[in-house]
Amino acid sequence: MSENTGNQPSQEDIIICRDVHKWYDDFHVLKGVSLTVKRQEVVVICGPSGSGKSTFIRTINRLEEHQRGQIIVDGIELSHDIRNIEAIRSEVGMVFQQFNLFPHLTVLQNITLAPIWVRKWPKDKAEEVAMQLLERVGIPEQAHKYPGQLSGGQQQRVAIARALAMQPKIMLFDEPTSALDPEMIKEVLDVMRELAQSGMTMIVVTHEMGFAREVANRIVFFDAGNIVEQNTPEEFFAHPKEERTRLFLSQILAH
Amino acid sequence: MSVNTTTAEEVRPPSPPGPIRWLKKNLFSNWYNSLLTVISGVIVFFALKAVILWVFFEANWDPVTHSLKLFAVGQYPPDQLWRVGTIVCMVSFLFGVSWKVWGGTVRTFALAIALVLGVAGLLPVSMGLGLRLWFLSNPLLTAIGYQVGRTPVGKSKWVALGWVVSFFLTIILLTGIEGLPWLPPVKSGLWGGLLLTFLLAMVGIAASFPIGVALALGRQSSLPVVKAFCVLFIELVRGVPLVTVLFMASIILPLFLPEDVRIDRVLRAMMGMTLFAAAYMAENVRGGLQAIPKGQVEAAKAVGLNGFQTMALIVLPQALRLVIPAIVGQFIALFMDTTLAVIVGLMELLAVGRAVLESNVEWKLLNMEVYIFIAAIFWIFNYSMSYASRRLEAALGVGKR
Ligand SMILES: Nc1ncnc2c1ncn2[C@@H]1O[C@H](COP(=O)(O)OP(=O)(O)OP(=O)(O)O)[C@@H](O)[C@H]1O
Ligand SMILES: [Mg+2]
Repeated sequence: MSENTGNQPSQEDIIICRDVHKWYDDFHVLKGVSLTVKRQEVVVICGPSGSGKSTFIRTINRLEEHQRGQIIVDGIELSHDIRNIEAIRSEVGMVFQQFNLFPHLTVLQNITLAPIWVRKWPKDKAEEVAMQLLERVGIPEQAHKYPGQLSGGQQQRVAIARALAMQPKIMLFDEPTSALDPEMIKEVLDVMRELAQSGMTMIVVTHEMGFAREVANRIVFFDAGNIVEQNTPEEFFAHPKEERTRLFLSQILAH
Repeated sequence: MSVNTTTAEEVRPPSPPGPIRWLKKNLFSNWYNSLLTVISGVIVFFALKAVILWVFFEANWDPVTHSLKLFAVGQYPPDQLWRVGTIVCMVSFLFGVSWKVWGGTVRTFALAIALVLGVAGLLPVSMGLGLRLWFLSNPLLTAIGYQVGRTPVGKSKWVALGWVVSFFLTIILLTGIEGLPWLPPVKSGLWGGLLLTFLLAMVGIAASFPIGVALALGRQSSLPVVKAFCVLFIELVRGVPLVTVLFMASIILPLFLPEDVRIDRVLRAMMGMTLFAAAYMAENVRGGLQAIPKGQVEAAKAVGLNGFQTMALIVLPQALRLVIPAIVGQFIALFMDTTLAVIVGLMELLAVGRAVLESNVEWKLLNMEVYIFIAAIFWIFNYSMSYASRRLEAALGVGKR
């Protein structure tokens, strides 16, 4: 595998999570997660199914509410204050496993919706930026189609463009390639790799270990609602410290 | 642009089979299908023959042809009929504009209305010159509207605004304005026939839609008081027959109001029907809301839309599309339910029919003709609505995401 080609992260913390807890009724999903992410850093989160990876990254833009602990994103603490939540959501882009594009809007409308309604950009400007983004993710010719007319890989690239249109400081990816056929995974990973190289701060939940090895600055291993260990990709794959990590790696690298 | 489109044009789908092959495949594929085809053919032939004979030779259409004005507008003062005429002209014109701007199904309706009124104006029967000219002016107005649609005014939002304004103009024109000599008030008790049926249905449809959507949203609200009120209202109204609601609106409601506040009888019926329809509308819309995946709301929130924007831009548009068939079905039901207004003493279409039958001893036994005429009118409008709904569904791509 090639050397890490991403930008070097700065020294400034952009996401700070301290002792984050969450319960679904009686079920303790997150058991005191603490994680700090620096500006321009790419963090890959992996771990077994049901370990709370999705729940954790969704607390960062408050799609899920945490019940104890502290989350500070770009200097704003997440609390019940709805203005804080909306401010953070417009700075944090998110890409979902199931794409979640808006099926009743064209690709272009999907991308321009939030800039027009949240950033209050004029339509021309929003469309110009949207076309640049479609160019960047490689599908400018699909602008006037509906999501249902695109392949899975194209849909996910539109979803990335939609998130980027708000010019976020942070991008969250929740298993962006898990719903894709193998031949489409690469086109999405290529876009994400380019994004990482451009200096975007990213948290990526994925099982694509090749991508993690190549792009991540740090790999975080989750199990049973907490971080078990974290390290640089080289160390993480070569010398996993915990037994659970070794077990997980042996399972995931087996196929 | 892409390579795919050129190849797709070269390879065409197989052309449909010829008429003989079609007949053979669909009607005579084996012996029992052939037998069924023959038997149903014979039944259809005799039924059609009987109907045509009756309609053109046996039936006595006198009660209908002699009371067309009653059927159309009830007792609306003859010297004020120009108002109704103006409204129809306005609609013809708007249909012309909408045809150019929206195209599609609107074109079918614009053409159908222009054709019917145009042909009526050319019929070789005795009618006043004014009436004949009025009939003929309608296709002309449709044509003018079409031309107007080509000018810069022909924008979707202006046309929509035109329809909304025309709705209120209609109400103002029909009721008149106190103290305006050329537009004296006309008591709503004089409204009748198709005019009243139409008015009840239109007001019911126009008002029950937003109220129903609001109730559906309220039912999902996180505010307990709002939610409780919506649930209570919906379940209460859905638990009683429309007749009861109409009775309550017309008899019980005035008992609770102060002596000097008298709500018009037609208005009371409208309110009753609107609230009744709104409760059912709310349940239809709720079904649509529940069908929208959670991921849609999450994606909307993740890009920074607030709760109101998420609802208005993402959830509602999708939910309403899903329930178009149910909503139109309900509009049709509402249209037919207007006949129940008879019960609270309004002279809508069905009541006019009964009055016509009783107005002349010689017509006493012509029930069949009168009621078939009324049924035909209802059928035409209901079928138009369901046709429009199917076309709308197709245009919006419901069912194929
Ligand atoms: N809305 C919910 N209500 C109750 N339990 C939930 C809910 N959402 C998730 N869970 C539970 O919380 C745990 C963590 O879920 P989460 O989706 O975060 O796991 P994950 O690590 O992302 O797993 P996967 O790799 O399968 O996506 C799981 O056991 C799941 O069953
Ligand atoms: Mg997950």
